[in-house]
Amino acid sequence: MTWHPVCPLDDIDPEDLIRFDHGGRSYAVYRDPKGAVFATDGLCTHEQVHLCDGLVMGDEIECPKHNGRFDYKTGAARRAPCVTALRTHPVRVVDGMIEIGLED
Amino acid sequence: MPYDTLVERRDYSLTGPSAAQAIERGLASAEWYHSDIPRKVMKELMQRRDGPAIRDTALWFVGLGLSAWGGIAFWGTWVCVPFWLVYGVLYGSACDSRWHECGHGTAFRTGWMNEVVYHIASFMVMRNPVSWRWSHARHHTDTIIVGRDAEIGFMHPASILLTVLHFVGIVDIWQWMKILVRNAAGVFTPDERDYIPASEIGKATFWARVHVAIYAATLIAAIWMQSILPFMLIGGPRIYGTWHMFMTGLIQHGGLAEDVLDHRLNSRTVLMNPVSRWIYWNMNFHIEHHMFPMVPYHALPRLHALIKDDLPPPCPSIYAAFREMVPAILRQRREKGYYLRKILPPTARPYREDLHDTVPDREGLRA
Repeated sequence: MTWHPVCPLDDIDPEDLIRFDHGGRSYAVYRDPKGAVFATDGLCTHEQVHLCDGLVMGDEIECPKHNGRFDYKTGAARRAPCVTALRTHPVRVVDGMIEIGLED
Repeated sequence: MPYDTLVERRDYSLTGPSAAQAIERGLASAEWYHSDIPRKVMKELMQRRDGPAIRDTALWFVGLGLSAWGGIAFWGTWVCVPFWLVYGVLYGSACDSRWHECGHGTAFRTGWMNEVVYHIASFMVMRNPVSWRWSHARHHTDTIIVGRDAEIGFMHPASILLTVLHFVGIVDIWQWMKILVRNAAGVFTPDERDYIPASEIGKATFWARVHVAIYAATLIAAIWMQSILPFMLIGGPRIYGTWHMFMTGLIQHGGLAEDVLDHRLNSRTVLMNPVSRWIYWNMNFHIEHHMFPMVPYHALPRLHALIKDDLPPPCPSIYAAFREMVPAILRQRREKGYYLRKILPPTARPYREDLHDTVPDREGLRA
């Protein structure tokens, strides 16, 4: 696994997310309401829509297309039409910079 | 093709040649045009609130209760008629918008409230709450894409008789009751299985059985009472009160384009009176809803104000919408490929024909 820089911590508001593309894949990087950082795959498992345009509510991300929801901390699908879990990825904050850990 | 003959009927099934063509042309699960809205503004628009839907739902239930009381209290006299007219619309039309908004999960902020109202409204509108959740997801993925969208209202050449009969729901409830009974027996068509995941079939069967059981109990009550009164309360409003649902529903996409990837070409925004907007929960802002389905009904007027310069001018009334739609529907019965193409204001970005003419790869990104 390799750590990749995503963005400064302050670039993501609490209870929001951004899109991060790397190596031909898309990821979503979140901050929860308390400011903690999380990361998942960036496309909804239902219809491959980018989650970055969705809404973070508490521990959940809502897909902007069909309003399906995932727990972005565990990846679990929480609301139809999402039934397949999102893959989560490790993240850390180093000197104010968010990093995501991706398999090589 | 001579102008006085009807066009050849298109294949609107989800498992036939049209479905294969839609996939081949890249129209399935494609990228759609969106007006630009800053992320910060969109976040504000998407925010969920319980307040508006609790208020509207309380009003709805009180209205249902009072009108039902009047209908029963004055049953057998002409005085009951206005009560049933009100009850019919609140039951047989308002159920559709509540079903729709709660199905999206945008009516209330609190999840269980969405679910409770969704199930009540699903029963009232006679839709299997599981099947239709998936059907509607597909409608948003592939809006009016022939062979993909299970909720296309006008299938060309549209039947004028059937369209008119929709306003009294007779054909409609017969068809939908057959579906409920079939689902209750655990039978699902290939089209249904195309959009309902196999893991959800059991739930769809269960809820169909619940609905059928309630209708059976209503029938037994009517026989026992020797009266149609139970059906005036349950099920019947889908006949005598459904007219508003179809009046507003038909103009959502009627007469507009098929097989495009720009909602400005296949959806219609209509300005309408406040009573109809309350019954319809602001779905008159239909282009806006399709572009941004995560915006709750109470925020759609604000969304409309933000992006209206990028949209075709809205129809100024329900009447105006029918005046433009009906001739277009009649022409679509005889002229293959015709659709009503609205002129965009100079402030709008051009229609994105390129999206459906040459569908690009999805940015080359894998899941």
